[in-house]
Amino acid sequence: MMSHQRRTVSAIAALLAVGVLAAACASADPNAGNESTAASFTPQPQDTNAKITVWTDSTRLASVQAYQKANPGVQMDVVTYDGSADGSTYLQTKVQLFDRTGSGWPDVVFAAPTDVTWASQPTSPSAQAFAAPVDQGLVPADTLKNFAAGSLAPCQFNGHTYCLRNDIAQVVLWYNKSLLDQFGYTVPTTWEEYQALGEKVAKEHPGYLVGAIGDTNSHESYFWSAQCPAQQLTGPTELRSNLQDQHCTKMASLLDGLIKAGSVTTQGFFGQGFAKDYGSKVLMAVGPSWYGQYLFNSAFKTPAGQIAAAAPLKWQGESQAHTGNVGGGVWMISSHSKNLKAATALSSWLTTSDDNLASAPTYPAYSPGAKAWLANPANKDYFATDVSTVFQQAANEVWTGWGNTKFSDATAWSSVVLPAVTAGKTLTATLPAWQNEIASEAKSVGYTVTTQ
Amino acid sequence: MTALDTPIVAAPARRTAVRRAREGGVSGPLFVSGYVILLLAFGVLPTLYAVFLAFTNARGQFTGLNQFLRVFQDFRFWPSFGDILVYLVFWLLLIVILTVGVAVVLRSRMPAPLSAAIRFLYYIPGALAGVASVLVWLFMLDPSVSPVNWLLKGLGFDTFAQVLAPGHLSLVFALIAFWTGAGGWIVVMYGALNNIPQEVLEAARMDGAGPWRMALHIQIPMIRKWIVYMAILAFAAGTQLFVEPQLLQTASLGRVSPTWSPNQLAYVYAFQHGDFNGAAAISLVLLVIGLLGAGLLVTRSGLFKVDEQ
Repeated sequence: MMSHQRRTVSAIAALLAVGVLAAACASADPNAGNESTAASFTPQPQDTNAKITVWTDSTRLASVQAYQKANPGVQMDVVTYDGSADGSTYLQTKVQLFDRTGSGWPDVVFAAPTDVTWASQPTSPSAQAFAAPVDQGLVPADTLKNFAAGSLAPCQFNGHTYCLRNDIAQVVLWYNKSLLDQFGYTVPTTWEEYQALGEKVAKEHPGYLVGAIGDTNSHESYFWSAQCPAQQLTGPTELRSNLQDQHCTKMASLLDGLIKAGSVTTQGFFGQGFAKDYGSKVLMAVGPSWYGQYLFNSAFKTPAGQIAAAAPLKWQGESQAHTGNVGGGVWMISSHSKNLKAATALSSWLTTSDDNLASAPTYPAYSPGAKAWLANPANKDYFATDVSTVFQQAANEVWTGWGNTKFSDATAWSSVVLPAVTAGKTLTATLPAWQNEIASEAKSVGYTVTTQ
Repeated sequence: MTALDTPIVAAPARRTAVRRAREGGVSGPLFVSGYVILLLAFGVLPTLYAVFLAFTNARGQFTGLNQFLRVFQDFRFWPSFGDILVYLVFWLLLIVILTVGVAVVLRSRMPAPLSAAIRFLYYIPGALAGVASVLVWLFMLDPSVSPVNWLLKGLGFDTFAQVLAPGHLSLVFALIAFWTGAGGWIVVMYGALNNIPQEVLEAARMDGAGPWRMALHIQIPMIRKWIVYMAILAFAAGTQLFVEPQLLQTASLGRVSPTWSPNQLAYVYAFQHGDFNGAAAISLVLLVIGLLGAGLLVTRSGLFKVDEQ
């Protein structure tokens, strides 16, 4: 009896203690009081002979090595890493640790646009934002003006530019011209025509595909191009996500219809075994400018002279065409660099010089460089028709309503939408779950979310 | 654990060892000092640092339980613990029932050379590091490359994505863990069974006990402490699951949630949100669960009771 009472008393005491602990303490919100706008930064003591460390992905390695060869006087330590591809957070992880230890940052890095969202802000109250604002005395404004329309948008925060865009991945309509001619079809110019053609292909040539939605970035090809406000930044920390907007529902039901008909697959172009089993059955693909070389040429091994690109599709009745963007890297300069001069010179050469860009692996974001790239026959030989006008047009039509957010847009799509679709649910039925995941993710990193 | 030798520890020897240690001298403390220093540096101090982080915020202010309340409200917190709970049920059932069962069969129903060969075979997967074993399973589970794709297709799985449906993941991870971990434990359980004096088994046989009764009423009760020990370690390792879902997340092109297990959620907190305090709170929750589980098993089974006569 006695011990029972004592237990009750101590339980109440413990509850009270918890209440006091929880109530009378400092906020645990990591975003509270952290809104410093790091427009200016404190550079390290500079040494124009200091060695610079460069982190690049393997695709851009050759360019960095070419710079090293042309400038033997610059001391460089070149490190290859995953380049933040496929939502990797290696760079972010490392910078978090460098910020805590106070050393180790690379001077120049190749990264994904998502990385700029965290690199442009301090990772903790005592840290300095990793990326240096390049418009603060590093790169002339005239140079920045020459990047393709909107291509520097992912670099811009609080009115400053924190990176140089390496390449853009504007979405176009890829098609196999030989097959299309053989089947006697014409190239669609609107989504409605694309849908009609998909249904026709399913009936007349079953087995052939006009698209695939199972890749980690398929939503950027379809829903971004459709101007679906899945993640629209309406302010620095305000996000609008409305997947019941008619642009989203129209695209979802279009794809649902074609999936049911069989001419759009729920597998991914880059999935295991896809190239072997279905590579030669791809009649059409809505996808980024690098699909030409990296999907059709390298993965599917489609012979040269068959593949062509057409302008981005638009909705019937809409005058202005908009398109999506799938990737495209950026170069950032570290604000901790001891040799900003050499770091800036390298970044500028990589992103703006014709020497480098004419033979760059992907479509340059810097407009004069893009002209040089298109003038290089090696970049166009593979295609059945000249892709220049299509690429240039699409580069300036990338819809700016798809925000570059602090969280990767691939997570919700790949881990919520794709498993549901694989299990047989329709995209239309999955839209609420998708929106819910985007909203939850956004809130967890500090955005205020509206769903209207 | 790495040696194939089956440990045979006779009960009397253990008792004298206990007594000698109690009698004192500096050799004992000296022997453990090397380990204790490493344990302090890489085990205890980081834990204390995590405790400090979990009760403060990024500016070093004391936050009480607010960090915990905040992570409890995270939309990924409860699902990740749900995932790990289902996984633990599969994994503990598999490891306890199957390893003990297999060890009993190997010990009692098999000629010695064959039993030794099979024990060796069971052990091989355990020699692969966690990463390598996940790679093996990536091949096994992908119908387009699997050597047993007829089985996968027979079960209705035509693509890798179908195999990795969210509902299957707990079972998939339990299978991977069992495949890598069971061999070592079978060897340990076999060693434990070797400890049972031959006379006891003889006596049981004379009394007419068949293999079933012998296993259920003599062998398994006599190695109960070993089973508890295995359960504690398996439980602790299970709650900390990280490598397998993390690798599968990348290899499946993101089909697996990056916050499938609580440890992954802590990782995302620390290295993507830069929120080391929230990450520390999650790992403390895991620590408490691990300690509670171990405490329950230890006290209920009398694992560390030294029987004095």
